[in-house]
This record gives sequence, C-alpha cells and structure tokens, in this order.
Amino acid sequence: MAWRLRSLVAAAAIIAGASLAQAQTTLKVVMHSDVKIVDPIWTTAYIVRNHGYMIYDTLFAMDEAGNIKPQMVEGFTESPDKLTYKFTLRDGLSWHDGKPVTSEDCIASIKRWSAKDPVGQKLMTFVDAITADDAKSFTVKLKSPTGLLIFGLGKPSSNVPFMMPERVAKTDPNTQISEFIGSGPFVLKQDEWKPGDKIVYTKFKDYKPRAEPASGLAGGKVAKVDRIEWLAVSDQQQAVNALLAGEIDMIEQPAFDLIPLLKSDKAIKLWNYNPLGLQYTMRFNHTQPPFDNPKIRQAVTYALNQKDFLEATVGNPDYYNACKAMFVCGTQLASEKGMEGLLESNFKKSQELLKEAGYDGKPIVLLHSTDLQSLTNLGPVAKQLLEKGGFKVDMQSSDWQTVVSRRVRKDPIDKGGWNLMQTSWVSADILNPVMAGFFNASCDKAAFGWPCDEQMEKLRDDFAREPDAAKQKAIAEAVQMRWREIVTHVHLGQYNVPIATRTSLTGILTAPAPVFWNVEKK
Amino acid sequence: MAGYILRRLLATIPVLVIVAVLVFLMLRLTPGDPAAVIAGDNATTEQIALIRNRLGLDQPILAQFAIWAGNLMQGNLGESFFFKKPIGELIIGRIEPTLSLAFATMLIAISVAIPLGVLAAYKHGSWIDRVVMGFSVMGFSVPVFVIGYALIYVFAITLGWFPVQGYQPLSGGFGGFLHRLVLPAVTLSVIYIALIARMTRASVLEVLSEDYIRTARAKGQVERKILFRHALKNAAVPIVTVVGIGIALLIGGVVVTESVFSIPGLGRLTVDAVLARDYPTIQAVILLFSGVYVGINLMIDLAYSLFDPRIRY
Repeated sequence: MAWRLRSLVAAAAIIAGASLAQAQTTLKVVMHSDVKIVDPIWTTAYIVRNHGYMIYDTLFAMDEAGNIKPQMVEGFTESPDKLTYKFTLRDGLSWHDGKPVTSEDCIASIKRWSAKDPVGQKLMTFVDAITADDAKSFTVKLKSPTGLLIFGLGKPSSNVPFMMPERVAKTDPNTQISEFIGSGPFVLKQDEWKPGDKIVYTKFKDYKPRAEPASGLAGGKVAKVDRIEWLAVSDQQQAVNALLAGEIDMIEQPAFDLIPLLKSDKAIKLWNYNPLGLQYTMRFNHTQPPFDNPKIRQAVTYALNQKDFLEATVGNPDYYNACKAMFVCGTQLASEKGMEGLLESNFKKSQELLKEAGYDGKPIVLLHSTDLQSLTNLGPVAKQLLEKGGFKVDMQSSDWQTVVSRRVRKDPIDKGGWNLMQTSWVSADILNPVMAGFFNASCDKAAFGWPCDEQMEKLRDDFAREPDAAKQKAIAEAVQMRWREIVTHVHLGQYNVPIATRTSLTGILTAPAPVFWNVEKK
Repeated sequence: MAGYILRRLLATIPVLVIVAVLVFLMLRLTPGDPAAVIAGDNATTEQIALIRNRLGLDQPILAQFAIWAGNLMQGNLGESFFFKKPIGELIIGRIEPTLSLAFATMLIAISVAIPLGVLAAYKHGSWIDRVVMGFSVMGFSVPVFVIGYALIYVFAITLGWFPVQGYQPLSGGFGGFLHRLVLPAVTLSVIYIALIARMTRASVLEVLSEDYIRTARAKGQVERKILFRHALKNAAVPIVTVVGIGIALLIGGVVVTESVFSIPGLGRLTVDAVLARDYPTIQAVILLFSGVYVGINLMIDLAYSLFDPRIRY
C-alpha cells in the first residue's frame, strides 16, 4: 500500500514538474497600431520599426545614454586616415531558419537600407566600396571620412538598418519583402499573424545575446518570455479596460486623458521608457505664398509658443517639455543657440515682420487632422496664435490620411494646395541635421514643404563629413542659426507617452523604441 | 418560382456593376493617396511617385478600372496595397467573426423582440405596452457604442462575467466562442429588438382587430393559439421585411461593434481599409456587402410566400 502511495506521489510530482517545464509565459500587448506591413525598410511606420526590433538584429545599437555600441558586431577597426573600417561579426549568430549570419547578408542589408533611408543615402555618398573579407568579416572603404558610418549603422529609429538574409535583402527596396526571417531574439509566427487581429512572436531559442546587460537598444537581448502577442485593439478606452481587467499585460501608448484612470489602479504601472519622446512640428509649404517669403516664416516663429500646444495636447507637465533645442533636449547636440526671443508669442514682433514683408492678408491654409488624438488639438491652437500674430488662417479639417495626401501636393492654394501642416516626430529620428528630414533643404528632393537653401545643404554636408563629436555640435548650432534665417519648419515642444503595464511586468528598458527583450512576467 | 429566382439573380448583375463603377470612381475622387500613406514622413516626391507607380496608381483611371474589372471577371479581387495578401483570402479570414456576430445578434433580437411585440400588442395600453415601447424608443436613441461601453462596464469590468474584448474562433472551443460573443451580440441586438418589437406590436395590433380573430375567440380558442397561430402569422409579412432590412443594416452595425469589441471581422477590415486608403480592399468589401444586401432582399421576397399563400411568383 505504502509502495503504491509513493508511486502515485512520484507520478504526480513528475506530471507537475513536466507541466511546469511546459508552462509558457505569454505577454499580451496592445501597441499603438496594428501591424499590416512587415518590411521595416519599405516603410518608416513606427509600428513596423517596432516589429523590426522583435525579429531582426542590428550591427550596432544605441544604448540608454545615447552612445552607439556594437551589437551583432564583435568589434571593428578603424584605419588612421579614417577611411577603412573592418567589421567582424560575433560568433554564433544565426538566422531563424538555422543558417549562419554571414558578412554577405550584412552587406546586402546595408545596401537595401541605404537605398531608402535619408542617413543611409547620405552615408553612401561617402562609401567607396563594401566588400566581404570572409564569412564573418567585411570592410567598408570610404572616399572621405564621415561620422555617419557608425552612427548610421546604429541608427535607432526609422529606417533602422536591420540585418536580413542576403536572399531577402536583395529584394528591390521599393518592393515589400515576402520572407520574414531575422536573427533577432524573437521569431515571427507567420501562421498566426492575422492583420487586424494579432501578430505573434515566440522566443528564438538559438539567439546568442551579448554578455553585457541590456541598455537601451544595445547590450544582451535576453528574451524572458516565451510568446508575445500584439493585439489589434483600435479603441483606446477598450485597451485600458482590458488592461484594468487583466486581459492584457501592456499598452504601448495609452491616451493622455485615460492616464489618470490607469494611475488610480494599484495593479498598473506607468513607465517613462522613452525620455526623449517625440517632438511636435509645424511644416511650411515653401513653394506657395506667403511662406515662400522667409520673413513671413520668421513671423511664425515669433507668434507661436510651445507651452500652449503642449498644454492643449498633452496637458500633464509630467509628460511634456517646452524645449527650444531643435535636436532634442537631453541629447548630445541639444542647444538653444539661435533661439533667443523665438517661440515666446511675441505677437507685436510677428505683426511687424508681416508688415515689413508685405503680407497681403490672404488667408493661409492650415491642414488640420481630426482623427489622431495626439494631433487634433494642435490646429486650433496654431490658428489662434497665428491670428493674434497678424495672420489670417483658413483651418481646413479632415482625417489624417487626407492631410497626408494633400501635403505632398505642390498645387496652388486655390487648387487644393496648402500652406501649413502639423505633425509629430519621434525624437530618435531627429537627433542631428542629417537624419532630421525637415532640415533637408534640397528643393524638389526634400520632403514635402520643399525648402530650398544651398547654405543649409552645405552645413548638412559638413555635418555628415565631420567625425569629431565636438565639431559636430558646432555645426549643429550653425544649422540652428541658419534655420533662424530660413525657417524650414517650427518645433512645437517635446512630449513623451508612457507605457502602461500590469505590475506583474518588470524589465521595461529605457530606449527610443519599445523593445521586449529583458521584459519579465511574474 | 425558379424562373422568378433566375430573373432576380440576373437582375443583380447590373446592380453590382453600378455599385462597382460608383465605388471605384468615388474612391478615386475622394482625397487620399495610398502611396503617400505608405511612404511616410521622410519620403521625397520621387519616392512617393515610385510607390504610386508600383501600385499602378499613376495609370489613367480608365486603365485602372479596366484592369480591376478584368481581374474581377476572373474571380480575382486583387491584392491589398497594405496587407500584401490576396483580398479573397483576407475576406475569408474575416467572415467567421462577422457571420457569428450577425447570427447571434439576429437570434437574440428575434427571440426577444417578437414575443415582446406580441405581448405589447396583446396588453395594448397597459404598463407592459408602455415599458416595451419605452425600451423601443431607448433602443433606437442610444448609439451602439454607448450601449457597448455600458455593458462592458457592468458585465466585464464590475462583475467580471465576460471578457472586455476579443474574439475566439469556433475552432477554439464552443464555450470560449460563446463567452466572447455574448456582450457584442447583446450590444448590437438592442437596436434590432427595438425595431422588430415595435413593428411586431403594430402589425399584431392591426391583425387583432380583424374579424377572424374575433371569430376565433368566439369559437373558444385559447389566447396563446390566437396570438401565435392566427395573429402573428398574418402579421408576419411586415415583420419579415423589417427583419430582412435589419440583417442588411447589420452590415453597418458590425463596423462599430467590431471596433468597440476588437472583433477581427469584415467591419474592422472595412474601417482599416478606409483609413489606409486601401482601394482594392474597400472595393471588394463594398461589392461583397452589396451582394449580401441584394441576396437578403431576394430571400425576403421569397419568404413572403411562405407566410402569405396569396403571394405567388
């Protein structure tokens, strides 16, 4: 009898042990958007960038302090003339299909990325050749020194230079890839991906993390959960309800007006994971009057102030920062040089400048997006401040996609054209004059708004050529001084959106993008 | 009857052609540029033009229409600009949640509304009648999403009886499927209960004053039989019409309900496609909805003859 009892207990223990070993930790997350596209080079959409960080890895990565650190790269050497860089990949890197990561894969990935990304495009103007030395190392030869090589390969936000297998990376950059194999810490479960419903990732068991602790996007990417589901919940209130009810574990970007509801629940924790956050921006159409006149653009910089925009959109000072530094407060290039007297709603000065410039009082068309909560309140604030500054404003309201389609049109105002629009940039995308797209003043080749200024372009080239950090800062300040003259766009303040999780989650990393390695669920 | 069905089916062809042309033109004429949406903030004019070219959006509208119509004739609905998947595959993947929601909604609506309407007619002028009519007015007046949020607050958050959101396919188990479907189906059914109950009351009330009802009562028939066998059957034609219209209106209703409850059905697909200006998907879904609408109308017409033998086709 005793023998039978012991056998039963032993059997029960074995079964319990086995089921414990099989118990999977699953993270259910509501991201800011559904994943419809899965090619992070083809589009700059942030949700696709976030997806990229799940399944792909990068040669370099930005750490919590903003420094670029080796990631897939074990190390690299730099020739004394700063023209030859030799990179060696870490041991044990493999794709999700089990094949080893080779230097040829990385070269093809760099080429595809650089065909699409503004920093990559600029970088390639310095590159003479990229050649594979052997399966694990490759060499980049430059025509002239640049600070963009290492920074570019560790670029933290869209487009991120994610590494893909050579056969995938050889896809035309303007065509979406059709195979989704990376070497990152998570694997895309293609059979479970249902756009509009959920996208599922599982832990990549053969991933070899770096030995260093995780820091920002760099360091050891240790996956501590087995499975992650990004659920497509379009209704913010419902996402919050689901988090409060414990049906999900995390919301990437809860709406500001719902944050008090989350704060009142002890089972919820808010993480200020991205202190650099985002920056609101107003863009001029430089091809249409009156903003083809720099003096009238300058008038706008006097009429506006950042606090009014931030109060109207964010509301809680814990989550915003009125910051005049164009390259983002809290970064290496942060400086307020050239900003004296601007963005303080000096309406008198604005009106004087308009008078000097001969503004004819014709209403300016302000495109106002009404369906994105983070942008909706910008329009009315801009209208009010500009009108006080002497402008007449015709605020035209529509959904965001209509704004997106109108802003790329150069048509005159009476034929559906536009003068002003407002948007928001992830700060990690505007950390220097080369990556910040709105400083591009190359006329027709620039982003919508099409500013045209040779001096600004020369300064941006100078920045790209300069490998020394101190000199880069001086150039960035010169860019700001030139900006004061030509005003490519206006920055309307920084803000950050916290991540909301159940308190059972730990290990959310401080980084420019939400990442899921190091995250643990108890 | 067979000839009538064939004629009606043939008549759907010009309807669908008109819908196809209108949808195609309206989408091209409304503001929006999928290429600009795909390209993102950093894109240059050149890059946007390249994407437009890849999507075939730089061709004349007539050429675009000819390609789309040609593919459609071969049963090919095209490929989504965004999902990069055949639209037929997308629709098939979304049909189950929408059909489940629609079926559950109508099941609840019919089983609650018809008895309520009959009862209200039978107790005409009483407090029961006033309560039913009051509920009916409320059901019409309160938007679906308000009802949804109220039910979620009470039954999901406060009582914890049902999940806040999400859908479980039938293949994942009937219990879980039903558990997740109850709140959205009840939410969506409120308006149809209001609509059908009101129509049932009016129709039955009219029939109850007919001579043959008085005759039935004089013959000593029990009230239950009078109500459900004589009155309801004769009042059925307008009720069937309203139920049919209700099913067609469900198409609009599921868009909101699926969004509130995060159900990955055709309604969500439509909203996502419209917001992203995914032309091929919008065209296909609207064409499908039109086909469903026409099909339901045909079924309503055929159902009339079941309830009223005088109607023959």
